[in-house]
This record gives sequence, structure tokens and C-alpha cells, in this order.
Amino acid sequence: METIVFGLLNGVSYGLLLFMLSSGLTLIFSMMGVLNFAHAAFYMLGAYFAFTITGSTSFWIALFIAPVLVGLIGAVVERFGLRRVHPNGHVAELLFTFGLAYLIEEIVKIVYGKTAVDYRVPDLLNFAAFELYGASFPAYRIFVIFIAVAMLVGLWFLLKRTRAGLIIQAALTHPHMVGHLGHNVPFIFMMVFGIGCALAGLAGVMAGNIFVTDPAMAVQMGPIVFVVVVVGGIGSLEGAFLASLLIGLLQNFAVGINLKFAEIFGFLGMTDLSEVGRISVSSLAPVLPFLLLVLILIFRPQGLMGEKEL
Amino acid sequence: MTFRKTAILAAATSVIAMSAASADTIKFAFIDPLSGPFGPSGEAAYTSYQLAAEHINENGGVNGDMIEVMGYDNKVNPKESLVQFQKAIDDGARYIVQGNGSSVAAALIEAVNKHNARNPGDEVVFFNYAAVTPAFTNELCSFWHFRFDAHADMKMAAITDWIAERDDIKSVYLIGQDYVFGQAVASAAEGQLTEKRPDIEIVGNELHPLGKVKDFTPYIQKIISSGADAVITGNWGADMQLLMKAAAETGSDVPYLTFYGGSKGAVSSLGDKGVGLLHQVSEGLTNLEASDEQYALIEEYKERFPDYDYYYHRIWNVMDMFKKAAEEAGTADPIPVAKALEGMTIEHAYGTATMRAEDHQLQQPLYISVVSDDVKYGVDNIDLGWKLVDAGTISMEAAEQPTTCEMERPE
Repeated sequence: METIVFGLLNGVSYGLLLFMLSSGLTLIFSMMGVLNFAHAAFYMLGAYFAFTITGSTSFWIALFIAPVLVGLIGAVVERFGLRRVHPNGHVAELLFTFGLAYLIEEIVKIVYGKTAVDYRVPDLLNFAAFELYGASFPAYRIFVIFIAVAMLVGLWFLLKRTRAGLIIQAALTHPHMVGHLGHNVPFIFMMVFGIGCALAGLAGVMAGNIFVTDPAMAVQMGPIVFVVVVVGGIGSLEGAFLASLLIGLLQNFAVGINLKFAEIFGFLGMTDLSEVGRISVSSLAPVLPFLLLVLILIFRPQGLMGEKEL
Repeated sequence: MTFRKTAILAAATSVIAMSAASADTIKFAFIDPLSGPFGPSGEAAYTSYQLAAEHINENGGVNGDMIEVMGYDNKVNPKESLVQFQKAIDDGARYIVQGNGSSVAAALIEAVNKHNARNPGDEVVFFNYAAVTPAFTNELCSFWHFRFDAHADMKMAAITDWIAERDDIKSVYLIGQDYVFGQAVASAAEGQLTEKRPDIEIVGNELHPLGKVKDFTPYIQKIISSGADAVITGNWGADMQLLMKAAAETGSDVPYLTFYGGSKGAVSSLGDKGVGLLHQVSEGLTNLEASDEQYALIEEYKERFPDYDYYYHRIWNVMDMFKKAAEEAGTADPIPVAKALEGMTIEHAYGTATMRAEDHQLQQPLYISVVSDDVKYGVDNIDLGWKLVDAGTISMEAAEQPTTCEMERPE
């Protein structure tokens, strides 16, 4: 019972964090067809900006300003970088964002140093929200869940229920038509890229203090974000949401399971004596998302909710 | 602040390089992570080597020769380390220093053995300052390898002795990194606890991948629901810091007995909740009584490298013993130095240390300390620091462990 409750709570909070991180990536891809390798780097920028702003003012100001700053940087990158690279095709764009990721990481190292900065959870939220079976659940994580849900609703509303959302969606499929109707399509793309980056920045603000804010955080988060996006279906916001929750829950439940392979597959004659038999489910937890990625690519290449095949 | 640090570092390096040009240089290759999640662990050690080398050079060097420490980033990857090892050899390094990751150390020991067998006259010696898998000074022992840190069984003996005295501890949880070192820690803990306190139940034995886990909360919740009275872990670097972060968040309030609680960020992650709970075993402790010289060194280190704390005391032992051995041998050539090191004893700031000739394992007193708010030197730029626990000193004799090493020595 404890395992299930904890697995659920942690799975949902971790999953929603993943969603915040991957929604921007999937948004950019669905709108612009650009697979942004530098996405996790924008996440890192969000965390560092939040650290700096929190230091001079407060976390609450950082919560708003840091994502906006990251979004502005993203918009600038799109305007003066990606847009020029765009005519050369997707491979050029891919390589551009790939290089950008390294560039951002090096700049962060030069400005903030190679070691982790002391970015902390705000005192106001640094308490145990409730206690269950002797373990407390931090209030900050509930706040994370709240922000993530608010973000999901906001994003959905923006894209599906506003005029701006309609134009964005139209620009995706019929850019020339939208252009002829008098809308500034390149500007729309710049906005979308900026918003996508801002979302990554917001994830950085929220996650940087739960985990560690250091120059390695982008590289560490990069792979898992791509897993989420591919599993969910590239370009599908709903898919990314489902996949994030799925991966969060999967990982957290797996940690809670102490069974060894020998106990599960005992009926096949596997024993504790063999190498494989001694592997426990919990030790596999961090690998599971990648196993899921491979399985999805084999059996459902378009992802859970995606329309396009890779 | 960081700009200044970089500037100071650059200045320091150029000073070393300049002074090195005038005399012969003895090249040390530092092969350890200088970037990535374990970058801070490597960086703290690299800066320690640089400061130690600088002090030796300022005082006339070793037989008049200057020491140069060159950094090679191996990203804690054994394969990458072998590439860097080759690069170091090409750059003229005769001494290899490494410590982060027993998987790397194992690869380097093998590489050094091979290199020396194939290139007589061009031997290199490996000074291991932190990779503590016991096998390196037992079945895998090599004449070319010297270990300056107490190995896992020695540290674990200190921890299990401490637990054996505590009757209120009835169950223990083991958590560690899933590679040769973490496995060695777990098996040492199991073996020694069964021997010293057969009544203690080991309620969990968990291994997680090295440097891959972001969120340790589910692991901590498992520890809490297991009802363990104490936790033993060999985690280091980011894995230690994140484990402590999750422990603080989840309100885990049992003692944590660690090898590397001194990893950067671990103490500040736990904050006040770590007081009296987070323990570590180490060969030195800034808050022990020491000479004014030692205090000055600790303060100089902090001033030069404000991001880190004086933690790697054993690196000064490496350099001091090297200097003494090279002066006894009258040369900095690896074979005579290695022979002079065997059986050598030095007095360092926190006790006496002897390099056991049999297996090249440094024998030294160990100290168990706990996070306290009443200390002379804090860590992580906060007021909390490490304080010796009652009866926390383990003498050199008590810390000694037998060895099965049968070493082949060159002529």
C-alpha cells in the first residue's frame, strides 16, 4: 500500500516536471518541424536565471521573470539564427541546435563556474505538506504539480480556444495562405519558438532547486526529454502529457519493487545463482524509460498520440 | 566571484608553468572528471594537487626539479581514461594520479601494468588517491599502484565498529552505486555486520546506476518504510548530494553513515537536518586540533578556491610522500621512487601514515565525524561542518586490514 501511494505521488510530481520540460520541445516541433537539441540547455538557463534573480529579489519574481528572459533569448535565437539556417533544411537546423546546446553550456560554465550553484526552494514552501507512513511530502512538490497543471490548461486554452492559437495552427499547415491573409508568419514562428523556450525555462525554475543546478543538468535531462517526446508522439502535446506521467509513474513504481528476476521468472527455472536472476526490478528503474523508447519505436513508431511517423 | 576564481586559477597555472621552465619538470597527469555531474569532485581534487605542487615548487621543488600537474578530463569513463592515459604518456607524464571511480582505476591499473611491461625504461607509476575497491591492494595488486586512501573494507570496519557500539541500531539499510565500488561497499557491510552484530537485520540492499538518478525521493521513501535505524552508503559526488537532498525533503531522520558525506553540496543539501545525523569516515578533518601551519593551509585553500573546501587532505599526503621518496632516492625516476615509497612513514597534520610495502596500501588513522553547527571551519560556505564523534578516532593499527597481495617487483 505504501509503495502504491508513494509511487503515485512521486510519479505524478516527477511526471509533471517532465511534462513541463518536454511540452516546449513538442510545441516547437509540432509548429515548426524543428527538433530542438538545445531545449534542455534552455531548461538549464531557466534554473540559472532563477538562481540569480532569487539572489537579488525573490523566488516569486524569478518564477515570472526567468521564463520570460529565456523566452526572449529563444526568440532572438530563432530570429537571427534558426531563420537563416532554415532554408538549408532540417539537417542544418538540427546541427545548429546541437551546436547551440554546447555553446550555452560553455557560456554557463564561464559565467557561473563549473560547480553547482546553491539554488534553494523558497522558505515559504520549504515545509512538509503532509506526512504519510512516516515520510513527509514536501509542499514545494505540490506547488510543482499545481504549476504544471496550470501550464497545461493555459497552453491548451491558448492553442485551441483563442484566435492566436487558430492562426498558429493554420500557419503550421498552410503558412503561405496565412501569410497572404496578412499575418506575419515568421513573427508567429519566432513567438512559438520563444514560448517553447520559455516553457523549458519555467521547468528549469521549478526543477533546478529540487535537483541540482549545475552545468551538467542539461546533458543529464536531454535524453529523457527526447524519450518523452518520442513516446508521446512527436509534436503531440497530449501525447507528451501522457508519456510524462507514464514515465514518471513507471520509474517510481519500479524503484519500489524489490522483486528479483529470479522470483518473477522462477517458473521458467531461473534461479538466484545466475547473473540475470539476481537483477532486481528496482535496479532497472532508471533504464526503463529507454526500454520504453525502444519498444515504442518498434511497435508504434508514431508514438502514443502522434500522427506523424518518424 | 567565479570570474575571480578563474583568473586566480589561470594565474596560478601560469606561475607553475613559468617556474617550471627554469628547471626540469616532473610531470603528474591528473586523470579524473573535470566536467559533468562528477566534475566538482574532480575539480576539488585538481585544485588541491595544484596548490600542493605549488607549495613544493616554492620551497625549492623536489631535488631542485619542479612538479607540474596536468589535468585530463576522463568524464569518469574507463574508455575515455585510457585515451587520456595515452595522451598523458605522450605529454611526458611519469606519474598518474586518479581517484574518482574504481571502474576507472581498474582500467588504469591494467593500462599502467601493460605500458610498463612493454616500455622498460619508460615506466609510469599510478598514485590512487580515492578509488577504494579493496581488490586493488589485494588480488589485483600491482607494484606500480599506490593507494593513499583507506580502502572500502577499512572504512567499513570503522563504520561497523561504530554501529556495533550502538545498541539502539537494530536494522540497517544499504544503498550504493551499481558498479564495482558500490558492490564492494555492500558486500563489506553485509560481511562485517553479520560478524560484529549478528542481531542486526539488513532491511535493504539497494544499488542504483552511477550518476543517473535525478530524484532519490522514492529510494528514501523505501528506506523510511523499511523502518531502518541507520543507513550505510558509499555514494559520492552528485549521487551523494541528491541522496541528501531527497532525505532532507522527505524528513528521513536516521543516521547516515557515509564514506563521502564530504562530497560538495551534501552538507548544505541536508542543512540543519544533517546535524548529528550525517556521518563520514575520513583520513583528515579540518576541525581536528592541528598546527597553525595546517590551519593556514586550510584557509589559503579556501581563499584561492572559494567554491570548494579543504577536503582532500590525502592529496597532500600523496605529494609529501612523493617528495620524500624522490629525495631519498635522489631521483624522480619512477622505479627508485616506488621502491623508496615502500614502507615509508610520514608524519602528516592528522597523524602518522605508513605505506605498507606488501600491498602499497597506506595505513593511517581514520576519523568518524558528524555534521555539527559548532565548528571552526564550515563547509559548502555555510556554518555547518564536520566534528569528530566521541571515540571517533580509529588508530592506524585498528584500521589495518589483512591483504592477500602477492606482488611481483621489478629487478
